[in-house]
Amino acid sequence: MKQAYFIRRLIMFFVVVVLAATLNFIIPRLAPGDPIGAVLEELRARGASTGGDAEDEIVAAYRARFGLDQPIYIQYFRFLFNTLRFDLGHSISYYPQKVEAALLRSLPWTVGLLAISTVMSFAAGSFFGAMMAWPRAPGFMRRFVPMFMVLSAVPYYLLGLILVYIFAFVMRLLPLGGAYSSGTVPEMDLDFLLDVVKHGVLPALSIVLTSVGFWALGMRGVMVTVLGEDYLTLAEAKGLPDRRIFFAYAMRNALLPQVTSLAIALGTVASGSVLVEVVFNYPGIGWLLYNALRSSDYYMVQGVTFFLVLTVAVSVLIVDMIYPLLDPRIER
Amino acid sequence: MSQDIALQVNNLRVSYKTGDQDVKAVDDVSFKLYAGERLGIVGESGSGKTTLALALMRLHKPPAYIMGGEAILDGSDILALEREEIRQTRWSKLSLIPQGSMNSLNPVIKIKYQMADAIEAHERGWSRSESMKHIAHLLGRVGLPESVAEMYPHELSGGMKQRVCIALAIILEPSVIIADEPTSALDVVVQRVVMQTLNDVQAQLNAAMIIIGHDMGLMAQSADRLAVMYAGKMVEVSPISSFFKDPQHPYSKLLISSLPSPEEKRELAGIPGSQPSLLDLPSGCAFHPRCPVAVDHCKQVIPELRDISGDRRAACHLVEEQAS
Repeated sequence: MKQAYFIRRLIMFFVVVVLAATLNFIIPRLAPGDPIGAVLEELRARGASTGGDAEDEIVAAYRARFGLDQPIYIQYFRFLFNTLRFDLGHSISYYPQKVEAALLRSLPWTVGLLAISTVMSFAAGSFFGAMMAWPRAPGFMRRFVPMFMVLSAVPYYLLGLILVYIFAFVMRLLPLGGAYSSGTVPEMDLDFLLDVVKHGVLPALSIVLTSVGFWALGMRGVMVTVLGEDYLTLAEAKGLPDRRIFFAYAMRNALLPQVTSLAIALGTVASGSVLVEVVFNYPGIGWLLYNALRSSDYYMVQGVTFFLVLTVAVSVLIVDMIYPLLDPRIER
Repeated sequence: MSQDIALQVNNLRVSYKTGDQDVKAVDDVSFKLYAGERLGIVGESGSGKTTLALALMRLHKPPAYIMGGEAILDGSDILALEREEIRQTRWSKLSLIPQGSMNSLNPVIKIKYQMADAIEAHERGWSRSESMKHIAHLLGRVGLPESVAEMYPHELSGGMKQRVCIALAIILEPSVIIADEPTSALDVVVQRVVMQTLNDVQAQLNAAMIIIGHDMGLMAQSADRLAVMYAGKMVEVSPISSFFKDPQHPYSKLLISSLPSPEEKRELAGIPGSQPSLLDLPSGCAFHPRCPVAVDHCKQVIPELRDISGDRRAACHLVEEQAS
């Protein structure tokens, strides 16, 4: 029974990935024109001279080079095969750099900054939310509710701009942007690490502050429901200490729906980060996507998009795998 | 049955705070519970049975609050205990078999851990393996296989969950068990078996038990004495056999005549009218608008619950005191 569950989840994962790759293949081809034409168009706009016959030859050569002269189904299967091998093609703007190489270079920054701040705000928000609903919590806990409501309504890029203005521009305590000071060479020593942390504080703060309210309010809602359950009355009747009731009976059960939201939030970390990374000039996946879009780097956009779908699928898969450990009822 | 008093409740009053006026859900209730006896408490929905049970465990939640009275258990007044003292008292001296046993077990914790944490909370000084052995023994005693310990609540049937709750209730061998409609969610066949199990373990422990419910048949089988509640007050307390033979309070009489009987085929009589709103109780005896024998006096003076013979008490002006 357990094995069947895991196998089903794995199959679902592959179906999602193949579907995502397929959509990624179809959508650009629905758009009018073709990439080679678009590049030529751009070259022409920049004033490059092209002759009639020579141009046709160039176009044909490039079409052959990118496999566009093949029938559509061969293109499709070749694309699918390459994508599943994680061969995402060459960037057009930075030819001959590979798309996957650019992705891998940006990934640590995005994961380091966004995944960590998401997990932090999840942990803090869930705890605060649980305390806000707990009748025997200190009274001041309840006062946080309006504050969290306001914070969760502020867009994080706006808060980011405000933070940059106050702490970086006016007070000059922290750097304006980037992931590390320009001129330093990334290496694993203490100075560099400190530099990275210093650069990460403001973007992380803008994400944590704006999303902690979301987690807290969500948790508070679920917690109120759980506190009304009969098993909480019985736990109290059993004479369990408050701490045990709070953690093992109330918070643990209220966390279950939150974990699902966390998986989705972690999956969308990369795509949701575009604006933060743009505001803070942070060299992550979002920054990569932003630049690729600006320079019409189709293969890069395609690669990043596919990668974003992949991260959602992977994090949902991971949660699916650990969920039966958290909630034994799910294991069917 | 010994005559040691396990629990003595004096003038307990529990109210619900509502807008401008408090609702008296339990109004001046007094009774004694003897060691080893089973006291049934019956009454319509909203008559205050469950509020009474929760208040005795101090599990009532706002807007409910205790206005007054005392409940003496083992020499101390439960209603006056400090938070930590009441926590220690719960389960070790006073346990509960909850109303909705379907949802009374935490769905994500194994049965054995839900039972073990009750032991750990009360520092019995048992080792883990001693606790586990005790748990396995208890599960066997309520007719469940030992393997249930390793299961989660969703893997059990309704009757099995209720048995787990029974095993849980006697885990620390309390002197008083409160069973709040212990079988209301079960079908008739399972009800009977579960009640039998409950009665057996209670008798073995010689614990006193309060059974709350509205199933008169079940009460007839299980309870030694029966208390009838109406609109927050106890209106009659009698030994079970004399109650069924010769109910005293007019409400009890109507209750009995509304029961089907195998001996005689007759039209079942209901009780006319419905229970009054606690927000707007009739003057005098709360039952008088529905009472077939009410006189003017009943509309003005609230009847006291008084002794009418050696072991029977009733709250009605019209019940004659009997020499016992």
